[in-house]
Amino acid sequence: MRLTVAGKTKDYEDGITVAKLIELENVETPEYVTVTVNDEFVESGDFGNTVLKDGDTVEFLYFMGGGSIAQHTDRN
Amino acid sequence: MAFTNEQLERYSRHIILKEVGAKGQKKLSQAKVLIIGAGGLGAPAALYLAAAGVGTIGIVDADEVDLSNLQRQVIHATADIGKPKVQSAKETMEAINPDITVNTYHTFVTSENVMDLIKDYDFILDGTDNFPAKFLINDACVMAKKPFSHAGIIRFKGQLMTYVPGQGPCYRCVFKNPPPKDAVPTCRQAGVIGAMGGVIGSLQAMEAVKYIVGAGDLLTGYLLTFDALKMEWHKVKLPPDTSKCAVCGNHPTITELIDYEQIECTEH
Ligand SMILES: [Zn+2]
Repeated sequence: MRLTVAGKTKDYEDGITVAKLIELENVETPEYVTVTVNDEFVESGDFGNTVLKDGDTVEFLYFMGGGSIAQHTDRN
Repeated sequence: MAFTNEQLERYSRHIILKEVGAKGQKKLSQAKVLIIGAGGLGAPAALYLAAAGVGTIGIVDADEVDLSNLQRQVIHATADIGKPKVQSAKETMEAINPDITVNTYHTFVTSENVMDLIKDYDFILDGTDNFPAKFLINDACVMAKKPFSHAGIIRFKGQLMTYVPGQGPCYRCVFKNPPPKDAVPTCRQAGVIGAMGGVIGSLQAMEAVKYIVGAGDLLTGYLLTFDALKMEWHKVKLPPDTSKCAVCGNHPTITELIDYEQIECTEH
């Protein structure tokens, strides 16, 4: 089946789950990634039982810090 | 208030744009933008907003300029090492444009002061590097109905999104809660290419300017990501349904600001 993952259309094995796709795509920090399928959020608890189908669009959204410290921190 | 001849010349490349014009430039001169964090993102954003003639610019940062900041925080110079970043930033901005007023807040943002800090400003830029601050700024802006630009940078990647009350998802719609301490890499641990702050921080300034003059479409409802190693941009459509969000949804469960435990990401 054909999926569009992070903007790129590729062929995948039929019937894979979001959890399997996360593994195949080597998603960094998979526990903290936000996933959307066809512009809807998939709860992380549902990654294993959300089966993808031909034509689905999947996005991975990652936490990204950066910039400058502007909140109190226990610095040494 | 009419522009002086000098101002007409200074802003001539703006005024000639049909999306800005004298009217838009006047809006910029009357606008107030708050930049939280005078670091990798805030530095270039502050330079462009100052140069653009944004009349009042506030800068919040508790840190002093450190040698390791200078690889990317282009508003500070070697001679500024040890100086409060807000002071160093103010001096550079006023040197670029004496027309503007720069308010400095030499403090961390906390649940105690964030509402006070944002209340007089029209648009907020989140240039912080840590998730407790990012969630705090999001929640405060949602509660105070303030538009803001969120951004993050790490290694060779960057991303940003814009929140405008009632016009799409907030940061917490996408990222429900801060990740646990040290669960995701930070700039200090992972590094960041200096020019990434310039790319993404400049886009935050762009969003602020577009919001103020009312030009084009903002990054509301989208997360724009950039991968410099592949030189690829990707604009991700965010789910438009905000009804279930814990802070901006129909039945918010977060009604007070939260000081999450600070993750370890000092820039020292
Ligand atoms: Zn929300």
